[in-house]
Amino acid sequence: MSVVVRIPTPLRKLTGNQGEVREEGKTVREILNGLESHYPGIRERLTDESGELRRFINIYLNEEDIRFAEGLDTTVKAGDEVSIIPAIAGGSR
Amino acid sequence: MEEKGEIHLPRSIFNEMLDHCRSCRPEEACGLLAADAAGKAVAVIPVTNSLHSPVRYQMDTREQFDAMKRIRQQGWSLFAIFHSHPLSEPAPSPTDIRQAFYPEAYMIIVGLENDPAVVRGFVVEEGRVGERPLRVVADSLP
Repeated sequence: MSVVVRIPTPLRKLTGNQGEVREEGKTVREILNGLESHYPGIRERLTDESGELRRFINIYLNEEDIRFAEGLDTTVKAGDEVSIIPAIAGGSR
Repeated sequence: MEEKGEIHLPRSIFNEMLDHCRSCRPEEACGLLAADAAGKAVAVIPVTNSLHSPVRYQMDTREQFDAMKRIRQQGWSLFAIFHSHPLSEPAPSPTDIRQAFYPEAYMIIVGLENDPAVVRGFVVEEGRVGERPLRVVADSLP
């Protein structure tokens, strides 16, 4: 299954400045594995030591946040779009 | 986006952003500014602070996604990410710097501690902060 993955600016250093790449996989987890094999170092920016999504990283499959689906085990199909979207957060303290 | 030198905000955009920040007090407010193809700020997109805190913010995930999609679909670009500091000066806190993941956008902070509000703009990239002079300019004629 080939899907388009949208890469946010801070991670484009790892993808040779590409904002969109294509990856193969049946689940979001497999897509992330594919990303890591092509762009080493990218997975640790997205997931923690236990392999779960980092708190400030959101991943959307088409229009849906995968946290409200099956998380990293959410299945993907050909033509889907996976968007990696860092949270926008901060504060005075 | 224009060269990351001086930040120009049309008066109506500036006022709309400020009104939103004031209306959210005592909580921190947040939102996005979009620029047209010429790099001129043309829209304010307020986003809910899902933390509803006076000292922290995190954009509602869904609204953030929708706002960014709208920017893309309109052919706009992300000009700035703004948030307010209701109780402190408008300078990036360690939290702001640590959680800045969009180096392509200005970080605009609206300080509401005093009246009138103080609004400042910054470029934050990989922990480095540079202030950029922020100037309110007249709205151009349609």
